[in-house]
Amino acid sequence: MRIAIIDESGLRATILEDGLREAGFDDIEVVQPHSGFVARLERMAPDVVLMNLGNPSRDALEEMLAVSRALARPIAMFVDQSDDAMIGAAIDAGVSAYVVDGLRKERVKPILDLAIRRFNAYSRLKSELDEARTELAERKTIDRAKTILMDSRKLSEPEAYALLRTTAMKQGRRIVDVADALITATSLLGE
Amino acid sequence: MTPLSIAFLPLTDAAPIIVALERGFAREQGLELSLIRDTSWATVRDRLVYGQVQAAHMLAPLAVAVTLGLSQAPCTIAAPFKLNDNGNALTLSAEFAAALDPYPRNRVTDPEATAHDFAGAIGLHRRKPVIGIVHRFSSHALMLRYWLAYARVDPDRDVTLRVLPPSLMTGAMRAGEIDGFIAGAPWSSVAVAEGLGEIAAAGANIWQRGVEKMLATRADWAEANPDTLDRLVRALAHAAAWCDDPANREALAELLARPDYVGQSPALIAQALAGRMPLQPGGEPVDIPDFLVFHRGAANFPWRSQALWIYSQFVRWGMVEASPEAERAAADVFRSDVYRRALAGEGIAMPGASMKVEGALDEPLSAGSHKGSLTLAPDRFFDGRSFDPEAISAYLKALETGS
Repeated sequence: MRIAIIDESGLRATILEDGLREAGFDDIEVVQPHSGFVARLERMAPDVVLMNLGNPSRDALEEMLAVSRALARPIAMFVDQSDDAMIGAAIDAGVSAYVVDGLRKERVKPILDLAIRRFNAYSRLKSELDEARTELAERKTIDRAKTILMDSRKLSEPEAYALLRTTAMKQGRRIVDVADALITATSLLGE
Repeated sequence: MTPLSIAFLPLTDAAPIIVALERGFAREQGLELSLIRDTSWATVRDRLVYGQVQAAHMLAPLAVAVTLGLSQAPCTIAAPFKLNDNGNALTLSAEFAAALDPYPRNRVTDPEATAHDFAGAIGLHRRKPVIGIVHRFSSHALMLRYWLAYARVDPDRDVTLRVLPPSLMTGAMRAGEIDGFIAGAPWSSVAVAEGLGEIAAAGANIWQRGVEKMLATRADWAEANPDTLDRLVRALAHAAAWCDDPANREALAELLARPDYVGQSPALIAQALAGRMPLQPGGEPVDIPDFLVFHRGAANFPWRSQALWIYSQFVRWGMVEASPEAERAAADVFRSDVYRRALAGEGIAMPGASMKVEGALDEPLSAGSHKGSLTLAPDRFFDGRSFDPEAISAYLKALETGS
C-alpha cells in the first residue's frame, strides 16, 4: 500500500512517517505542498493520501482527484461515512485522508487511527514548545525589568525581583505584565 | 444565548457574518457566535457536513454541488441567505494583458470585446494560458467559463484552469506559474498593488447581479433548529444592511483588515467596498459600480432561479448529468421559504415570487411585494441572454449553438 503524506510541516510529517514505518508500512512518500505537488502526486498514484486539514492546498488536491486520468480509481475522503466518531476525531486532530475506492475499511482504519494519534502528539509537542518559548521570552522580559530597577533605584537583584513581585500582587497582575509595563514606560521616558 | 459556530474563509464577502458578531447583530438575536477561519473550501465543507459547525460562508455553486453529491460525501444543504452579489475580478499578467485594449478601463467596461481579444491572444501566447481559479464549484469559475465560451473559447480545452487557494494566487503570478487568476476581493487588488497583474474583467460586468456566497447549513440541522436559523438570518440581514451603508465603509475595512479576519490592508479591502480601484499597477482608480453588493436591490434573497442557473452551468460543463431529480434538488438548496419566514416581521419587503427570469432587467424594477416597496436591481448578463428557469434545456441548446 502506497501512502502519500502532504504536509508543509516537516516535523509533523516526520512524526507521522515514523509511526507508519513502525507499524510496518514502508511505501511512504512525503510531499511538500508547493507548486507542482499535484503532478508529482499523480505520478506516484498513491492508495492513501494524508493531508492536514488546515492546508490551503486541499482544494487543489481535490481538483486533481476529480479530474485526473492517471488515477484509474476514484478517491474518496474517509473510508466509511457511517463512522461518525472516527470522522469527528480526524477533524478534531486536523487530519484529512483520501483513499482509493476498493480499499477495505479494515486496511485503512489503522492508518487513520495512527494519523490521528500522531497528529495529536504533534499538537501536544507544538504547544509544549510554544509554552517553553513563551516562558523563555517572559524570563527575558523580567530580567530586563530587574536591570532597569537595579540601575535606576540602586537595588540588588533579589530586591528588584521582590519589588516586581509585590507590585504584581498588589495590582493583581502577572509579574511579566508589570515588567512589560515598566519596560514600556522606561522607553517612553527615554530612560 | 444560543451558541453557534460558523466557518469562513478570509475573504471580503465574509463581512456580513463577521459584522453580525462584531457589531452585536447576532447578540441582539440571542446568538453567541464563534467564527472559525479556515484556509480551504474543502475544510469549510467538511466542518459543515460533519457537524463541527452549524453554518458556513460558502460558494453558492459548492452548496449546490455538495447537495448533488459532486464534492465528496453528499449532504443536503439549506442556504437561506445570500451573503453578497458580485465581488470577483479577473487579473491577468501584464504580458498577457498586452494583447487586450490598451486602456484598462475599456477592458472592464466592454467584456464582449475583451472576451474576443482574450480568445485572439491565446494562440499568440508562449503557452496555453494557465488561469487560476479557487475552486471548480466557485461562482467565479462559472463566470469565467461563461465569459470565455461567449468568445468560443472552450475552457476545458483552450486554457488550463488550475485550482489554487486565493492566498497563493499572487505567489503563483510572481513565479510565472499562472498567467492570470479569477478570485474574490481583495485578491485582485492585492495583485495590482504588488505590481503582479492588471484587472481585465469584473464579475459585476459579466453578470450584473451574479450570485456569490451563501450562508449554508445542513438541511437536517435547519429542519431541527428553525428558531435558531431564523434568528441567524435576521442577524445577517441587519449586518448585511450595515455592510452596504457607505457611511460604514471605513469601519468595515478596518474590521476586515484584522489578522484574524481577512488580514490585508484596510486600503486594499476598501477598494472593493467602494467599487473604485486601480486596474493596473500605478494606475488611476476607476469606478466599477456594484463591484460588490451586500444588501441593496434585494441582494440577500435566495432566488431559486439562481440555484437553477448554477445547475444549468453544471450541466453545460458536464459536471452533472441533467435529470429532473437533480434539477429539483438544486433549486431546493436556496431556501427562499426560510428567508421569508425569518424576516416576516421585520418590515423588509419581499418579492412576490421565488423564481424569476435571470438577466431580464435593464432598469431597476419595482416588484410586486407583500409590503413596502421593493426595487429589483438590473441583472443583465453581458451577452444579453436571459435565463428562464422553466426552460433550462432550451437555454442550454441556445448557448451551445450560439443562437
